[in-house]
Amino acid sequence: MKSFEYSAPRDEAGVLSVLSAEAGHTEILAGGTDLIGLMKKFIVTPDRVVNIKEVRSLRGIDADSEGVTIGAVTNLDDILESPHLNEFPSVQQAIRNMSSPQLQAQGTIGGDLCQRPRCWFYRNGYGRLAAASLIADGDNRFHAIFGNEGAAKFVSASRLAPALVALGAEVRIIGPGSQDELFMPLASLFQTPRTEWQRETVLEPNQLLTHIRIPRQGAANGTYEVRHGEGPDYPLVAASAALRVESGIVRQAAIVLGQVAPTPWFSADAVRAIVGRPVTEVTADAAGEAAIATATPLSGNGYKVQLAKVAVKRAILSAAGLETGGF
Amino acid sequence: MANYVWPKFGTATVIGKRHDRVDGVAKATGTAKYAYDINPAGMIIARLLGSPHAHAKIKSIDLSPAKKVPGVVEAVALKKADDELLFQGEEIAVVAAESEAAAAEGVAAIKVEYEVLPHFVNDTDLAAAKAAGMTGKGGKNISLAKEPGDDDDEDEFTEKEINRLLKESAVVVEGEYGIHMITHMCLEPHGSTCEWKDGKLVAHLSTQNVSGTGPQFAGPLGITADDVTVHCDYIGGGFGSKFAADTWGVACAELSKKTGRPVKLMLDRDQELKIAGNRPSGFLKCRVGADKNGVITVWDSEQWGTAGAKPGVVSEKVVPYVYEPKNRRVISHTIKTNRGLVRAWRAPNHPQACAMSQTAIDDIAAKLGLNSLDVFKRNLVHVANGKAEVYAAQMDVAARLIGWNDKWHLHGKGPKKGSIVEGLGLAIHTWGGGGHTSKCTIRISPDGGVSSTLGSQDLGVGTRTAIAAVVAETFGLTIDDVQVNMGNSKYPASGPSGGSTTIGGVSESNRRGSLDALDKLLAVVAPKLGVTADQLEAKGGRIQVVGSPSKSLGWKEACSLLGMNAIEAQGEYVRGSKDAKTGADSKLSNSQVGGVQMAEVAVDLDTGVVKMKKFVAVQDVGTIIARKQAESQVYGSVIMGIAYALFEEQIMDQASGAFVNCEIADYKLPRLGDIGDIVVEMYEPESEYNRGVVGIGEPPVIAPGAAISNAVANAIGVRVSTLPMTPQRVLEALKGRKA
Repeated sequence: MKSFEYSAPRDEAGVLSVLSAEAGHTEILAGGTDLIGLMKKFIVTPDRVVNIKEVRSLRGIDADSEGVTIGAVTNLDDILESPHLNEFPSVQQAIRNMSSPQLQAQGTIGGDLCQRPRCWFYRNGYGRLAAASLIADGDNRFHAIFGNEGAAKFVSASRLAPALVALGAEVRIIGPGSQDELFMPLASLFQTPRTEWQRETVLEPNQLLTHIRIPRQGAANGTYEVRHGEGPDYPLVAASAALRVESGIVRQAAIVLGQVAPTPWFSADAVRAIVGRPVTEVTADAAGEAAIATATPLSGNGYKVQLAKVAVKRAILSAAGLETGGF
Repeated sequence: MANYVWPKFGTATVIGKRHDRVDGVAKATGTAKYAYDINPAGMIIARLLGSPHAHAKIKSIDLSPAKKVPGVVEAVALKKADDELLFQGEEIAVVAAESEAAAAEGVAAIKVEYEVLPHFVNDTDLAAAKAAGMTGKGGKNISLAKEPGDDDDEDEFTEKEINRLLKESAVVVEGEYGIHMITHMCLEPHGSTCEWKDGKLVAHLSTQNVSGTGPQFAGPLGITADDVTVHCDYIGGGFGSKFAADTWGVACAELSKKTGRPVKLMLDRDQELKIAGNRPSGFLKCRVGADKNGVITVWDSEQWGTAGAKPGVVSEKVVPYVYEPKNRRVISHTIKTNRGLVRAWRAPNHPQACAMSQTAIDDIAAKLGLNSLDVFKRNLVHVANGKAEVYAAQMDVAARLIGWNDKWHLHGKGPKKGSIVEGLGLAIHTWGGGGHTSKCTIRISPDGGVSSTLGSQDLGVGTRTAIAAVVAETFGLTIDDVQVNMGNSKYPASGPSGGSTTIGGVSESNRRGSLDALDKLLAVVAPKLGVTADQLEAKGGRIQVVGSPSKSLGWKEACSLLGMNAIEAQGEYVRGSKDAKTGADSKLSNSQVGGVQMAEVAVDLDTGVVKMKKFVAVQDVGTIIARKQAESQVYGSVIMGIAYALFEEQIMDQASGAFVNCEIADYKLPRLGDIGDIVVEMYEPESEYNRGVVGIGEPPVIAPGAAISNAVANAIGVRVSTLPMTPQRVLEALKGRKA
């Protein structure tokens, strides 16, 4: 790993004061479960590493009548164990599925949202967008089946984003100025990069994600991940659903897929298919079918389209508290 | 001279019992030191630069930028201009530095100009390999019941005869089966810590060949093997890939000599996967004829695969596997690819052969609508290793343990719950496992201390515990009374741990040495008890007169009679040797085991995800020395089998020639939640005990691929042709496409 400066500020202002505006100069260290590996392989080579785990205001879970606010460096296990999250089984399920005591104890919610793509071309040093032709012609069995028309063909790696986006979570972002503070929907945090320097989030190099807020909207919610095995490997496809059901009919829905596109993938087609109907195996299946209508699989990942359909169906059934019929 | 036999059946007090590992606490608490844990004062760390390209020529190498990196102490090139690189990761240079980070930075700074050459990494498509000129001469395994006439052309006759037999068969299965290349993925990567003392090399090497690697260092370093001490107390996985000093081991020793400091060089994870060993792939296309009962009448197959950058292929001699019908034609082709070089992987050739052929036998059952177990049983007429009756008995045991008769349904005809279906499958295996050549020194001290010293190694399988059990049994002591010294090449030489030969070899040498040492002790004790030595026995911690235990001495008291003179006896066994006097085979060890394995799986038809429900492994093993450790071998094998059946695969990107999943995060392995309920049953009638010790480090890893593939086929009603059976391949098989 390349030598670097190390900084561990104690407050938010301190963090902003050491973040550089220059892309690639500074990396933010939280749990480190992703960053350290990337640095060891020279995939990212920062001059400065800023550890934000010493910032107290970034840690912890607060709840009021309108929502739950989670600090960005709160550990995933702490979130899993918090009673405040009991009304969000979709989040709990996504954490549980990580199946890794180490990742859950060390990893943070902010780190999960901001982790870099798992694309094996990127991880082996071929670049992230530069690898586009390699991916198109090469082994793309785990790559994107939606939103992959441009150079970015990797999939968003976040395990929690589908659930949090479906629940309508918001994020608080600070910087670059010491007084700059911004609240926005989590969905807007993610972007499909168009250049090698653009990240998978809209955060500027000198901005910091500080908190995630999940509103209490009374939506039934559930996550389903298609997992090759029971271990800490990333799922092949994930889907999360948040449904507002009145008198047995879905009045409002948010359905978000993970591991299928360069960003968490909001499926308006699936929402249209389920809203106005009761949740049954048939309607859930139809929503799954609708979700994949616009899929654009690459040369070697057509099977993921089927998995996306199933994941959507099962996320909806799970949100409604019904049997999924599968593992 | 002692009579070298084991205690009579049913009389042993230590061997065959359940013992905790003698080094279990040391391993669990971290006091056990692996090569990776050896950190001599003043040590520097070395890292290796490997080729980024699958195929290239080096135009130039410049190490000077690396040497300028702060902290870098030394850099050495392992290749020179014009050298050809045949696979990604191939060794180019090493850099030693004050820290691991500086060494890595030094490696990154090395300037190498490459001329990138066309690569070929495709091992699945024989036609493509032929077109690319990458195929080589394989072999043939042809046998026909009918002899050709004097005027017949042999090939033509074979072709005609095979076609005739196929035509006359009640059923013909035409199938394609395959199993991808996997790597050894040792948790402790390959490497060593080397230091020089008074002009002599001490190499702390992660090795399964303590007594054999000294000369591999000595040659290239221009010293004699006597000037090398190889040391390895513990090893974090080998599986057949750690017999050699390796280029990087020698480079580590050279760096240490050059810098005058101890140097540690362990491979990085991706290097461990890319260059430290792989298991050849195998793909097979066949036509198999059978009668209406499913008994094979003719086997005709063609196979191919790759062993990496040098020619090699799964041996056609073991295809079809265990079942060897008299009428068969097996033809193999090698494919040279720009992939890492093959190393022995637990039971070389057998897992692939089993997965490529016993799947076809199951497809016969499917096509005829028969019970697979019946078909596997009926085909035992084709078993040529003399174990047909044992297999039949083992099949009954396994069937009972998995509940075969209750759960069996015809292929694809089981009940469906939601999108879940379940299935059963089986396969059988065979292996040699005869003991290797081994020497040891057994010592009895006047204070009662007992030790065995030998240049063997404990691969993590419990060899220390087994040796302690053999010595304790012989002296009437417990395993805690025995000190086992191993892992040093200066100790009496013992063979490398390969071919499941270790337990046979070390049991031989230690039983012999202990019996000889005991004779010497009894000779000293006899006058004290007023009897002759042959009237004495060692039992329950005492030396006693046979038949009158009251006339005895405690072990310590007996040993105190030695005065100043410890007893030392050399135990020695030469592989395959006969008794000097009688010319008979050794009664202590034997070879040739078999086993029957059955798998029960559940498959989600909508996602293609396969889950293990239950796995039963019935194994014959000869005389069991350390029961828990023997069982552990089977558990570990089955888990490794589940890994290659459902998860692991070296994924080569065809376009770039890159080994793309060369990190733990991407190289899929099963976790505890993926292995289901594993039932291990040792098959051990008295006749087995009386055979002597046979190694089983490898055999139980052979059959899981076929057994699990057969179970999946039974569940879903179609064959997933290629292992590992990932969700993708299962879904594609269900869609009727070749997966």
